[in-house]
Amino acid sequence: MNKNEKDWIDITSGVNVRKCMRCGKCSATCPSYDEMEYHPHQFVYMVEKGDIEPLLNSKSLYKCLTCFACVERCPRGVEPAKVIEAVRLTAVRKQGNNHLLPDQIPDMLDDDLPQQAIVTAFRKYTK
Amino acid sequence: MQTFTYYPGCTLRTKAKDLDAYARASAEALGIGLIEPENWQCCGGAYTSATNEPATKLSAVRTLMAAKETEGLVTVCSACHNVIKQTNYDISRNEAMAVKVQRYLELDEAYTGETKVYHYLELLRDVVGFDNLKAKVVNPLKGKKIAAYYGCLLLRPSKALAMDDPENPSIMEDFIRAIGGTPVIYAQRNECCGGYITLEDKAQAAKRSNAVMSSAESMGADMIITACPLCLYNLKKNSGSSLPVYYFTELLAEALGLKEVGNE
Repeated sequence: MNKNEKDWIDITSGVNVRKCMRCGKCSATCPSYDEMEYHPHQFVYMVEKGDIEPLLNSKSLYKCLTCFACVERCPRGVEPAKVIEAVRLTAVRKQGNNHLLPDQIPDMLDDDLPQQAIVTAFRKYTK
Repeated sequence: MQTFTYYPGCTLRTKAKDLDAYARASAEALGIGLIEPENWQCCGGAYTSATNEPATKLSAVRTLMAAKETEGLVTVCSACHNVIKQTNYDISRNEAMAVKVQRYLELDEAYTGETKVYHYLELLRDVVGFDNLKAKVVNPLKGKKIAAYYGCLLLRPSKALAMDDPENPSIMEDFIRAIGGTPVIYAQRNECCGGYITLEDKAQAAKRSNAVMSSAESMGADMIITACPLCLYNLKKNSGSSLPVYYFTELLAEALGLKEVGNE
């Protein structure tokens, strides 16, 4: 475990993962639950343990929709989406680790796609 | 006439021109002045909650500062609303972030959240008043069963957005009553449509948006309304449902007898 990386994730998220009481409500309410290998409650638990490497390499990082359902509904105010975001930033801040490249965009476009979708994806997936 | 600063955002200038045109025409008819700031920038689409990402806050702070001289900042798009309100909330409570932003923007003094931000629906509720709106309706949407779709960005996180009860909201239903329609309450009204995942994973966007549309249809809705261009896209293009989807401002303009103005 990289102690530095765990500390940096805690600082970036601003979340105290030790507040979690393992009720699982974040994962129960997550609209991306079926698409994730690691679910919101696992992000919180694994960051607490310092088991970060599997999360950094998981596609689950790019399945969070930033809908804030887990943030709103956590009975302990843990704010799991902020933990997922901090791990995702740790991944994409590494050189050459952007999840979306401008060259990929033309194939994704259609006549009705709002610009909002593209700017949001870039903000979430790249640095 | 009360005057507000009006931030359209990137999509209202391109794929969501209706949302914008009907909002402006209706505000004028309701006696609200909307002034668009010069040289505004895209809000970024999604709020970055990380404590050490000051650069992602700059565009929203520029917009918030541009509204200092008016009665507040009005947004229509749910995403712009979310990013700008969350930025305003966090910067008012995080001095370190406010100072970093001040240094980036070379401001004489730090911006610490002085501007009041209104979503257009809040403008209708809190400034115009739904009773006053109702009195100005010339073409009520009588007999129309309308499902309000909040999605995620209008309401959450509620401590920052402070717009309505995040689990049992009423602002859009009250709006629907004011324009003469009948609101339809359904389970998925404040769940996510899939958002930007449509770029990478159409199947997931289809699953989410279909859940929303099926839920509204099962409660007998004739149509669904939204404030968000990306919700509209997902509900129309990815859900597989034929239930009509409109921007709330289009129904507002229709009720006020302004529809042809918006179509110009």
